[in-house]
Amino acid sequence: MFDRDTWQEIFASLEKHKLRTALTALGVFWGIFMLIFMLGMGSGLRNAIFRDFGNHAKNVMYVWSSGTSLPYQGFQPGRTPRLNMEDVDYLLENVEGVDYIAPRTTVPGNITKGEIVESYEIRGELADMIKVEGFRVYKGRYIHPSDVAESRKVIVIGKRVAEVLFGAGNWEAAIGQSLTANGVEFKVVGVFGPERIKPWTESDLEATVIPLTTMHRSFGTGGRIHYFALSALPNYKVSDIENKVNSILKSRHHVAPNDPRGIGGFNLEEQFDRINGLFNGIGLFLWIVGIGTLIAGVVGVSNIMIITVKERTKEIGIRKAIGATPGMIIRSILTESVFITLISGYLGLLAGVVVIGGIDVVMEWIEVDVDMFYNPQVSFQVAIGALLILVVSGTLAGLIPALMAARVNPVVALKDE
Amino acid sequence: MIKLRDIHKAYKTEFTSLQVLKGIDLDIQEGEFASIMGSSGSGKSTLLNILGILDEYDSGEYHLAGQLMKDLSEKQAAYYRNQFIGFVFQSFNLLNFKTAVENVSLPLYYRKVDRKLRHEKAMHYLEMVGLKDWAGHLPTQLSGGQQQRVAIARSMVTEPKVLLADEPTGALDTKTSHEVMGLFQKINEQGKTVLIVTHEQDIAKVTERIIEIQDGVILTPQQV
Repeated sequence: MFDRDTWQEIFASLEKHKLRTALTALGVFWGIFMLIFMLGMGSGLRNAIFRDFGNHAKNVMYVWSSGTSLPYQGFQPGRTPRLNMEDVDYLLENVEGVDYIAPRTTVPGNITKGEIVESYEIRGELADMIKVEGFRVYKGRYIHPSDVAESRKVIVIGKRVAEVLFGAGNWEAAIGQSLTANGVEFKVVGVFGPERIKPWTESDLEATVIPLTTMHRSFGTGGRIHYFALSALPNYKVSDIENKVNSILKSRHHVAPNDPRGIGGFNLEEQFDRINGLFNGIGLFLWIVGIGTLIAGVVGVSNIMIITVKERTKEIGIRKAIGATPGMIIRSILTESVFITLISGYLGLLAGVVVIGGIDVVMEWIEVDVDMFYNPQVSFQVAIGALLILVVSGTLAGLIPALMAARVNPVVALKDE
Repeated sequence: MIKLRDIHKAYKTEFTSLQVLKGIDLDIQEGEFASIMGSSGSGKSTLLNILGILDEYDSGEYHLAGQLMKDLSEKQAAYYRNQFIGFVFQSFNLLNFKTAVENVSLPLYYRKVDRKLRHEKAMHYLEMVGLKDWAGHLPTQLSGGQQQRVAIARSMVTEPKVLLADEPTGALDTKTSHEVMGLFQKINEQGKTVLIVTHEQDIAKVTERIIEIQDGVILTPQQV
């Protein structure tokens, strides 16, 4: 198949009809280009959406309490159960597959530093909340387990808080300083903020965090927690744990088992799966459209090859008369078809990758930050898959013309006039 | 070399059946130089196609070099054509995008002969027909007589048992026709069986034996 004569003949045949060959090749080129381009753009869309999840733990559910809607065990509806630290301990002991539980209680705070008095919320947390929310620590550290255990009077402040209290250019100096929160003196051990600043994450810049144990002891919040995040171990799905957590909390707080309210929850994994599924669907759709475009190109190749075979009937007759077997004729037509498809398809693939890569480079270079589009890319597997499709489609495109060529009757083909 | 026994052949359409060959018996010995003569419609081209294994026959037996040629698959037919038969056509039937030497070596390509040997042999036969210096020319750059000589070289390159020529001088002027016939004579003198189909009396006269065919039967199977 790969000897010089075969190629010589293919080139001779293609060169005779340059325009026709170019137009045919364009169809395949365009098909594979569109496939790659669309898949690349799709990945840009997907990457942008998933970027917003950031380092945020994905196998996580949030649980809070709200007013009940059904009377139960002598309690009137409308009562709001109070979650507390005992709930957390109980869940850790009795629910299988829990990695950690990160509770949070928020109180309004007056933060004083020298002459400056500002009001910021004060969050009481255990050490694990940073894992859930994926915060960024600009300087110093976040809350440590030992801070919690010893109820230390340490505080981590949002970056904007540090800028206000210590001066915009001087926020790093906050570490090691002391300030007063709701009348209690704390030592600043860290400056933090959200990983990506978005309208809905900006509040993290203006928050302060202290150990939850310290909060309960100093601010009189009495073991109360407002909500907690529960992370499942990697081999457990948080959605499987959700129901169990819910029913345990309902029974501990005398909420009717069939009450849709009372204990509220939000399952991030479900959201994540939904978005993931959405993008898989979009990806599948893009493949279908792309392959459809490609098929149009391949049909073009097949069409042209049929014309070529018709035009070359006499030549094929001559070849048969001097001893070419049908197999040899089929092979040469197929090679020609695969050759056109592969070359033009490869160029299309290349163009697609270059355009997608170019968009990525340019976006990074001029620092375009679009919410819905980020880091478009074509994976190696997609490229290999596209090449495989090309070989297969080239063969299919050549099949009908090749069989036509093999059926040429030399007696008829060689008849003069 | 060639043995035909009671060959019948009809072209059938949906409604009609046209009997073209009505029982041909023919023997051609190795080394003979013969011509088949007949007017158009006499069945001589059909006979040649059958002899050249390009066409099938309905009944009878055709032995070529001792082997029965009947109910062959396309692949077998291609093999026997390549091994036993050299074709020369009225309209030369060279491939226009290939040079003279490439045209001549093409049958060897289908015989899977090594490239270098192919070229050597092709050059040898081009020399025999006196066109060695024209090896790199395309057919369109050659005259009719030269093209036909290239075609003869192509038919000879596989060293076939039989050379079949279908109106080989039909597209040539008288002078060139005689040159080409001279070439066939020379090839025959080297011991090759040569069979020429023609309707021209003076072309047929050059051969040693004339087989006249009319309405699908042979008229005078006689020695000249």
